[in-house]
Amino acid sequence: MDKPIIEIKNPILRIQNLSVSYEKDKYAIADVSVDIKKNLITAIMGPSGCGKSSLIRAMNRMHELYPQIETKGKIFLNEKDISKLSNIELRRKIGMVFQSPNPFPSMSIYDNVIAGYKLNGIRQKKAKRDDIVEKSLKDVALWTEVKDALYKKGNFLSGGQQQRLCIARALAFQPDVILLDEPASALDPVSTSKIENLLVKLKKEYTIVLVTHNMAQAARISDYSMFMYLGELVEYGKTKDLFTNPTDKRTEEYLTGKFG
Amino acid sequence: MKGKFRSAKNRLFKGMVIVFSLVAITPIMLIVFDLFQKGIKQINFSFFTKIAPDTWDAMTALNHGKIIPGGILNGITGTFLMVSVASLIAIPLGLLIGIYLYENAEKRYAGVVRDISDILQGAPSIVLGLIAYFWIVKNITHGFSALAGSASLTIMMLPLIIRSTEETLKMIPISIKEAGLALGVPYHKIILRVLIPTGFSGLTTGILLALSRVLGETAPLMLTALGNPFVNFNIDKPTSAVPLLIWQFYNDPNMVNLIWSSSLFLVILVLTLNLIAKQIAAK
Ligand SMILES: Nc1ncnc2c1ncn2[C@@H]1O[C@H](COP(=O)(O)OP(=O)(O)OP(=O)(O)O)[C@@H](O)[C@H]1O
Ligand SMILES: [Mg+2]
Repeated sequence: MDKPIIEIKNPILRIQNLSVSYEKDKYAIADVSVDIKKNLITAIMGPSGCGKSSLIRAMNRMHELYPQIETKGKIFLNEKDISKLSNIELRRKIGMVFQSPNPFPSMSIYDNVIAGYKLNGIRQKKAKRDDIVEKSLKDVALWTEVKDALYKKGNFLSGGQQQRLCIARALAFQPDVILLDEPASALDPVSTSKIENLLVKLKKEYTIVLVTHNMAQAARISDYSMFMYLGELVEYGKTKDLFTNPTDKRTEEYLTGKFG
Repeated sequence: MKGKFRSAKNRLFKGMVIVFSLVAITPIMLIVFDLFQKGIKQINFSFFTKIAPDTWDAMTALNHGKIIPGGILNGITGTFLMVSVASLIAIPLGLLIGIYLYENAEKRYAGVVRDISDILQGAPSIVLGLIAYFWIVKNITHGFSALAGSASLTIMMLPLIIRSTEETLKMIPISIKEAGLALGVPYHKIILRVLIPTGFSGLTTGILLALSRVLGETAPLMLTALGNPFVNFNIDKPTSAVPLLIWQFYNDPNMVNLIWSSSLFLVILVLTLNLIAKQIAAK
């Protein structure tokens, strides 16, 4: 990378020369280095196939579940190399929310929220569990809607509610970072705006990395933005600067709707 | 004008569908109806609590215009014994192999296992009986036995359960699995506590259908369990089964009435299992 990428003091996540390839010698993202600032929303934008998911999934080592995927480079969380952490240590600190809502269909709403503890065999007193469930559901503004149906399965919830349930499931671990891969792309505008408001509130406690196709969304809620193109990190900076004064031609073309 | 023509065509088509459905379903209805008529009069308390009568008793009863005494207890217990033992092996093994195939879908070895399973599923049941005969009757129990019968039923159930397990798991979205992984849950726990509960209704349906498939099997049992006029719970002794009894009744002119009641019993049992399976699958 010849262009200086903006400097961030005390980043919570530091990504160094990261490359991901699904097939030999074909890089989905190539040599990406970027730092992510704490307690802010950082958006990752770019046209389809540019490597946004590949980048965000590297941040909690989702790739290593698929042996054919090769990742190179280093990622540090609070200056600790994430490859040195165990799966459970890492994923307690970095939670993930996916594109389409995926609550566990066989579990009640309560069990979905507490699933991270339950499935990992982390024991807790009932009162503590209740607290975690209540706080997480309140954090995603779902508590009043579901508090009388906690022990029912979540399949009666709307798509937007299910997605908020999935965010609550990630929050239950009180992670440092939450990764969201196009969390609202399957939702209607009302649910989308609820999720957006939620994320803005959540950044007080958490660091949020948000992949989005929706430039307006990035402009509305993110503090910093990256623009990726063909596996390359083209531009990174304060969202305002990026939108008003892009330095790279490709960013400008994308933002003005010339492609993507 | 065109609309009228189209609606006429639609109606004609609908009519044809109804007619053909009736044509297909009528024989089945007739058989069930016939079974009921001929079989119901022998179904009483002793039908479930007494062993099969000998031909002499049956003949005497018939000559006096009475219903045949005795029942099919030895068949019911034999079927229960052999299907239970077969299930004990086939259900866990079938689930495990199904999970293995799902997990290793791409591997060559999995392809081989899948092919073998498909071949077994397509093989005539009498051939599977022969396999059990050579393995177990000849070498292990040194004579006809419930164990050999169970073995042949196990081989019949396995491919059905393997396939349904793999297909059920494949239908669960990958994102459900990834949700578990993103919480740091170890892989085996995701299979046990996320995938299996999620696919529960599909898995049970597959098992119930496999059960109803083997409940009525006669051919492989003739070569393995042989039959037994008495109730037997000894795994290495010859044992009866409901379909075996039907076959014996068929070969005895005095027992004709019992054919119908035993068949009625089997049909109802299998239909019930199928209905339960449907009910679960619909969930
Ligand atoms: N499982 C996979 N196997 C092979 N190639 C893949 C796989 N996943 C992604 N790719 C390739 O890697 C590149 C980057 O994909 P990625 O999913 O990271 O893009 P994206 O920016 O998230 O796209 P989208 O906006 O469509 O989600 C693409 O060229 C894609 O074809
Ligand atoms: Mg993507």
